[in-house]
Amino acid sequence: MIELKSVSKWYGSFQVLDDCSTRIEKGEVVVVCGPSGSGKSTLIKTINALEPVQKGEIWVNGTPVHDPKTDLPKLRSHVGMVFQHFELFPHLTVTQNLTIAQVKVLRRSLDEARKRGLKMLERVGLMAHKDKFPGQLSGGQQQRVAIARALSMDPIVMLFDEPTSALDPEMVGEVLDVMVSLANEGMTMMCVTHEMGFARKVASRVIFMDVGGKILEDCTKEDFFGNPDARQPRTKDFLGKILQH
Amino acid sequence: MAWDWQMFCEDTLDRTVREGCFGKDGDITYLDWMLSAWGWTVSVSLLALLLALVAGVVIGTIRTLPDSKWTVRFGNAWVEVFRNIPLLVQIFLWYHVVPAIFPAMKSMSGFVLVVLALGFFTSARIAEQVRSGIQALPRGQRHAGMAVGFTTWQTYRYVLLPNAFRIIIPPLTSETMNIFKNSSVAFAVSVTELTMFAMQAQEETGRGVEVYLAVTGLYIVSAFTINRIMTFVEKRVRVPGLAAPGAAGGH
Repeated sequence: MIELKSVSKWYGSFQVLDDCSTRIEKGEVVVVCGPSGSGKSTLIKTINALEPVQKGEIWVNGTPVHDPKTDLPKLRSHVGMVFQHFELFPHLTVTQNLTIAQVKVLRRSLDEARKRGLKMLERVGLMAHKDKFPGQLSGGQQQRVAIARALSMDPIVMLFDEPTSALDPEMVGEVLDVMVSLANEGMTMMCVTHEMGFARKVASRVIFMDVGGKILEDCTKEDFFGNPDARQPRTKDFLGKILQH
Repeated sequence: MAWDWQMFCEDTLDRTVREGCFGKDGDITYLDWMLSAWGWTVSVSLLALLLALVAGVVIGTIRTLPDSKWTVRFGNAWVEVFRNIPLLVQIFLWYHVVPAIFPAMKSMSGFVLVVLALGFFTSARIAEQVRSGIQALPRGQRHAGMAVGFTTWQTYRYVLLPNAFRIIIPPLTSETMNIFKNSSVAFAVSVTELTMFAMQAQEETGRGVEVYLAVTGLYIVSAFTINRIMTFVEKRVRVPGLAAPGAAGGH
């Protein structure tokens, strides 16, 4: 479904991704973790070309993302993305947020778009808020609307870029619940997150990145959490720190 | 000092006071003249405003386009040119220099040239506001627009510009009021707008105080009307739950 082949990226002379390669199969849930500055967010954003890369190949469902001739808006329209800071469109109501891209990009009728959007809103449990503006919702609610917005486009894969790290602690759960149910339904997902509980529960694989943009580990969840002796010292150190608390 | 407001009812040729203050059968009183001059002021201002808004939004937008060095440079050059030359000098440039370079423009009236001069001058200022409005938005908004499949144009049309516009309404209000006030420089190329009227009527009647007070009143009424309209617009487009910038615009 998704394949990265030796992807490297630089900001000027500063290297943010260093020869990253991985594959994600249909239905897999891959969690990407690592210290800040390790290029996790950059890596996930290269998949829908929000961050261009200088070297390597990226394939999404047979489409070459690295190819300048690729119709990127079309590709992005079926790759769902959820951001750290939600990024709902603040001047539109919840319903408009859910329908605008369906109408303008997928060319669905407003009726059809509304039906689909509200179904997704129902699924994240926010039907009561359909006519509110994003600024009137809590962070957790905004993030669930953002997930519903991405789902309304019938994505073939969902990318999550630290979806819970800007949330108050008591709101993390409601967002993770939605993500877990998505994963259990077989959605292909790639999640940058520090929520190791989520990784343990639903991840099929875990990727660990280290400063300098290198993929240090790329293994099954069982291996990652259950077999510490096979891990790199850097990974053990990181896991030790975040699992202590 | 005795004020003589009756002078507005005088005929402009024979200086006799006319019944009802308005001239009949082609005669005109100073009041007629002043209202027509006000009409010119309003026409120059509104047309220049339209031009300034269109050009300003386009130039301001292209200065924020990702990965297009040349449009950004063009936009920057535009702003610097029109912002760094005094308005009055720009009016004269349009009147004397531009037609000398482009002979086709020789037949253009002073009115058109003033609209162009004032419109482009103000477009540079509006472009600067549009640019800063767009750049003030969280960077993620552009990504969010792109991520749902919007093209660059759609991202601007449906996400960035509507939000940037809401941020810049207060400075836009100032700019709109400025256009009305700046339109007074049109007298320099003989457009018979309010300031031109004031200078001539003062000379003919010697009633400078009354003339300038009346003209000042009309400028204030015009600018204040614009201010009210913009405040209304600002209220209409306010988004619930979003921090509203200063309630009343204009300085």
